[in-house]
This record gives sequence, C-alpha cells and structure tokens, in this order.
Amino acid sequence: MDNGYSDDQNFLRDTTRKFLEAEVPLTTVRDLAESQDGFDRGWWKRGAELGWTSMLVPEELGGGSLGGGLIDLIIIAEEFGRLATPGPLVPTNVVAAAVAASGTKAQHDALLEDLVEGNRIAAWALFEPGGVWRVEDLTLSAERRGDDFVLRGVKSPVEAGAQADQLLVTAQTDQGPTQFIVPANAAGLHRTPMSGLDLVRRFAELRFDEVVVPGSAMLGDFGQAGSAVERQLQIALMLQCAETVGAVDRLFETTLEYMFDRFSFGRPLASYQALKHRFADMKMWLEAIHATTDAATRAVELRDDGAAVLVSTAKSYVGDHGVQILQECIQMHGGMGVTYEHDAHLYLRRATQNRVLYGTPNEHRERIAARIGLDVATDLDREVAK
Amino acid sequence: MTESETNSEVERFRLRARAWLAENMPPEPEEGFGLHDAARWPRARELQRILFDGGYAGLCFPKEYGGQGLSLAHQHAFDEEVVDYEMPLTLNVPTFGIIAATLLDFGSEAQKKRYLPKILSGEEVWVQLLSEPTGGSDLASVITRATPDGDAFILSGSKVWSSGAYAADYGICVVRTNWDLHKHDGISVLIVKMDQPGVTVERIRGVAGDDEFCQEFFDDVRIPRENVVGPIDGGWTVVRGLLGHERNAMGGASPYVSGEGRVGPSREDEMLNLAQKQGLAGDDRVRQLVAEDYILRTVQDQTSARVTGAMTRGELVPTAGAILRLMGARHAVRRFDIAMEILGSGTGVWHTDDPSGSVVGDRYLARQGSELGGGSTEIQRNIISERVLEMPREPAADRGVPFNQVRRNTMPTQ
Repeated sequence: MDNGYSDDQNFLRDTTRKFLEAEVPLTTVRDLAESQDGFDRGWWKRGAELGWTSMLVPEELGGGSLGGGLIDLIIIAEEFGRLATPGPLVPTNVVAAAVAASGTKAQHDALLEDLVEGNRIAAWALFEPGGVWRVEDLTLSAERRGDDFVLRGVKSPVEAGAQADQLLVTAQTDQGPTQFIVPANAAGLHRTPMSGLDLVRRFAELRFDEVVVPGSAMLGDFGQAGSAVERQLQIALMLQCAETVGAVDRLFETTLEYMFDRFSFGRPLASYQALKHRFADMKMWLEAIHATTDAATRAVELRDDGAAVLVSTAKSYVGDHGVQILQECIQMHGGMGVTYEHDAHLYLRRATQNRVLYGTPNEHRERIAARIGLDVATDLDREVAK
Repeated sequence: MTESETNSEVERFRLRARAWLAENMPPEPEEGFGLHDAARWPRARELQRILFDGGYAGLCFPKEYGGQGLSLAHQHAFDEEVVDYEMPLTLNVPTFGIIAATLLDFGSEAQKKRYLPKILSGEEVWVQLLSEPTGGSDLASVITRATPDGDAFILSGSKVWSSGAYAADYGICVVRTNWDLHKHDGISVLIVKMDQPGVTVERIRGVAGDDEFCQEFFDDVRIPRENVVGPIDGGWTVVRGLLGHERNAMGGASPYVSGEGRVGPSREDEMLNLAQKQGLAGDDRVRQLVAEDYILRTVQDQTSARVTGAMTRGELVPTAGAILRLMGARHAVRRFDIAMEILGSGTGVWHTDDPSGSVVGDRYLARQGSELGGGSTEIQRNIISERVLEMPREPAADRGVPFNQVRRNTMPTQ
C-alpha cells in the first residue's frame, strides 16, 4: 500500500506547519499555560480558515477536505502534535462530524457554519468520573418529560468543557445511548475547570443538575446512538494518535540532532553504539506508530468493518510506544531533559494525556480481545460439552 | 494503466487464481509438517511443481526466467487466496526470497536462464553458504578460499548455520579470492553444486531437538568459472544485494515469496486457540496477552507496508529493510514469551502422551534464534543507526588494511 501523500496534502502540511511555527511556537505555548482558556479565539478562527474544522463536514453542508476527510485532517493533527499546539481540535471536529452525520436540517443550520468557520467551539461530553468512557457504562441519564428531556449526572473530564459554546452530551436511557446538543449556558449546568498534565489543553467537569432540553436538541434517534458514538470515538482516537505521532516525530528529530552536537569523552554522543542501538529501536517504533495510525485512519475514513479493531490496535501501540520513545529521548538529554526549561516535557505532557484519554492501551487491548473472537462463551460451551 | 485499471486487473487475477486453487491445490492439512521435518522438502517440491505448471509460481519474476511478470499487488492478492491451501512455504526463504532474487539482480544471462526456471518449478532447491565457524556478523571476513586454477576455482574451507543444506541441490557461497586487498574487495560469490566430491554436509543438532542447521566442508572442490556470480573479487556488491533481500524476506517485505506464514513463528489464531484450549478466554490477563499478540502481528504488517512503500519511493534508503527485520525478530521474541505465559506450567512439564506443551516450550528454548538468523539484531541496529539515521560508523581496525594483515579468528580444529 502506498503511504505517499498527494501534492495537495503536502501543501496542507506545509501551510499548517508554517502557520503554527509563526503563530504558536513553543514559547507561546508556555505563555498560554497561564491563560484561562489556553488558546485565543481570534487565532482559532484564522486556523479554521486553513481547514482545521471543515474536513469532516461534507461540502454541501459548508465543509470540505482535499478529498480524504479524516486522512487529510490527521495531517493537521500531526502538525498540532509537533508543536504541542493548543486549541479544541479534537472536540470541535468530533462534534462537527457527529452533527453533520446525524443532525437534522435545523441542527445543521444552527451549528455547522459557526463550527466550521471557527466562530463557535464545541465539546464532546463523553467521559464520566472514574474513567468511564465505554458507551455501555455511561450513567448520565436522559429522561423524557413531555416534549422535553431532563439530563441528570456528571461528565468529567470534558475537553474544552468550560470554553465550549455548545456541548454534545452522550447520555444513557432505558432504550440505549442517546445524544443531545446542549448550549453551554443551559440552566442547571455547572462547569468546573479541572487541572491536567497538558499546559494548554483545558478540561472541565460538567454537572447536569436537572438540565432541561427540548426534543429538538436530540441528535439522531432515541436510544440508537451506539454506532454514532463508536464513530465519534474512532475519530477522536485517530486524531489523538496522530497528535502523539507528530509530537514523537518532532522530539525524535531534535534529539537525533542533539546527539551530533553534544560531546562527551571527546566524541559526539551519536558515535556511541549503546546510544545508536537505542535510536535504532526508537526508529523502528516511530515507523510503526506512523504505520498503524495511517492504516487505522484509512479504515475509519473508508468505514471498513475492521476499523474498530484497527483503531484500538493503533491506540494501544501508539499509547505504549509513543510515550516510550519520548521518555527515551528525554534520557538522551540527560538532566536537562527533566527540567521545565527544556521543551521535551511539552511533548510528553501532550502524549501522556493522550495515552490515558479515550481509553488506556490496556482498555483497548480488552476491546480487541472481545472483537477478535476471544469469546468466554466458547469456554462455557466446552464445559457443558464435558 | 490507471490505478483503477490496475485494481480491476488484480481482481480478475484474484478470481482466476481462486478458481484454479480450488481445482488444483490440496487444502492445508490438519497436521502440517513440523518446522524441522525433513519430509517437508520433497513435498514442497511437489507442491511448487503444481503451482509452476498452473502458472502461479514466481509471480513477481520475469516471464523469460519462468516467472509470471506480475506486480506485488498480484502477489498480495495471491497470498490472501492461498491461506487455506497447502503451500511450499519452506521454499520461500532462502530459495525464492533471497537466492533467486539475488540471481535475478546479479546473475549473468546464462545463469538466470539456467537456474531460475528450475528454482521456480521446484526442481532445484538452494541454500545460502555465508557464515563461517570463524564469524557470521562480520561476513566480509570470510576465509573460505577459492583459488584460480585454469578455467576453474578450487574451493576449500567451511560454512555453517546454513538452514536446510542437507536438502539443497545448489548453494550460493561467499568466498575470498584475493587476500592482498581490503576485506570487502577480495570477495567473490560462487554457485556450488552440493552433490559432488569434496562437499560434505553435516547436520547440527539444535537446542529444540531439530537438526535444520548444517555445517559444510569443502575439500578442494572444483568450481567452473562460469559459476561466479558478479565480478571476481567484486562479490561484495552481490553480497550486499543478497543481504538486502534477506532483510526484506525476514521482515516480510519481499515480493518474491509466496503464501501466508511468510514471517513469524505461528499461525494467525494460535494464541486465541491456546487461550481457549486452556479455558482462559475469560481471564483478563490472558485476554491482554492475546490482544497484544494480535497487535504485534497487525503492526508488523502495517509497518512492512509503510517501510516497503517508502523504500520503493526512495524516501527511505534500501537498507531500511533492517527496520522490518529488527521488528520481526523483536515481535517474534515477544510472541514466544506470550505463548509461554498463556500456556503456563504445561510448557515446562507435560504428559508423555500429550506433548502439545513441548511445542511452545521447545520453541522458547530456541527463542534467540529469531534474533540471530538472517543477521543478528545487533547488526540490524548498526545498519539502522548508521545507514538510515546516518549516525557515525563504528570504528573498525580492519578498514583500509589488506586482508592478509588483519587480525582474525582461525578455524577451530575438528
């Protein structure tokens, strides 16, 4: 299979990289660490003009990509990773894709233009306290009251939850998962900012204290959101993997350069076989995390039957090995690597947070086990047969 | 041809192959040959003959040498179609993936016409004669010598770690023809007929009870000059090409091998079966391991496709195949360990009448073989860091020194 990029895709990568390097270099990322929102809305709107929020929305609904959809968008996500860039790239795109896919005409009209143009920010309220993210485990409830729904429960952590103008809330009902679009200023919704490893990504806990939304706020059919949520999850995971790949790519590059510049015992560090062999291993993992991310992204974009397993494969492998490469790179820098002054931790913060959000590598291995036919029932059948 | 025309051409080929396989190839037997069962050699020759007669041998080899002149996409489609059939997998490495590929690159027209068709028809099986008792990783230090004698060379010395030499008709042998030059400059590559006076093959007993590895002794064997592959004294280029094919074949990136099981120690669902057989399908720890095994296999294929594509496009140097070779070995080792963990005590002690645990246990004993055969992982790491990442070369005391002045090991006494 050819992994080569088209000229258009290379152009997208170049323009995104130049824009980010000029607008949000790592010094700016450090400055933004102290800010409340972690990013600037005016800047986000300019990024939206470069396609950051349009790729998963079809052209007829005001979006558009280079033709690759998610395949194009992960180019941007990789570039975000290379500079630990702030901004609600994952949540806004997931919500835009979900609204485009399942929304009514009225929902399209109310939301998509503003999300695509960067006028408004969206967050996806999936997680619940205690590391709950699998759709069957969700407990935030949506109960019918006349034509309305009443939402009760807690979502946490929600990326950009305190910054977002609109929330996509994944709720549980007696008929199954159901999703709602909830304005951030809804009565009874309490948003508490949280703290986290990443310096510029913001998360919040959202408490839904009898939040009443009209029936028109429901996205898709009642109790039928299972496959839509799976799709959203796959998109979020691939953006997350691509971001980590970008972060690892960049730190690997600069660390390799450093090995030629730094001398000990009169030799460049790059000349030590003990270190060369560690770089060989890192290069192997680096190619692998690129490969598995690209392969899973294609599967998601093409809606392959095997996409869920490939996404979990990528998440598990990137989650484990991406962070491992970063830690190895930090080791190569000696004591400087574990200082706040050195930039390595900016990447490690991003990648480590990615590793544990939307399912840990362990949780995704369990997802794989359940889907490749490791069936407990087979054991039971065997017992019964005896 | 446009991409879609290529795709539909491949799909037509796939359908044709599917129908032909159903008619002609035997299904995969319940109990296949063990990895070290000598009976697999004659069977492989038979199976290859069926493929050859049907027009499904050597898909990526040119037609004029008995191949089919098709693309890698055709080979991949064929690989998917033959999964449930008995295939001559044992001929893939080294005969097809390494030796035939090298002959294709460096052989004379006469050599290609003489040898390739008989390789592809299963008539002649080959062995690599590379490592010597005095060294393997430093392959350019070979001391097996070929001395000119009229229109021939006289071959003397010994080779070792050559898999399946006892079953081979021909060997491709790396020898020293000039001792006054620097070590890389005095090497030649010879085609050696195995069944002839002066060639002795001894089998080496492996740790897992197998005797696949061999050692060969050459006592003044006469090799005609026409059997030199590539230039005399300039054979190192051929060796580098051969090693590249070896890395590709071992890492799953070769277009010249055919059928599933190209890489790796086990069949697709081995871990799944092990877990279910143990009644451990519901055990969280075992589920993690089975999924990890799945991930390793999947990522290996994905990485193979990525790296192969990048090498083809020139974005990665040809030696980047070492990345795949390293990954193949590292993943294989981890998968041996996973199998041990799932099977538990049964891999250490078993009932004499049910030796299934011994398969996993014995394989574990020979685990490091996967980090040694086909070039050790240490050498692969040198290649990746020096050739792919362009880090400084290791210092070498033999650089620029005539080989006859280089300190080296001497042949152990027999």
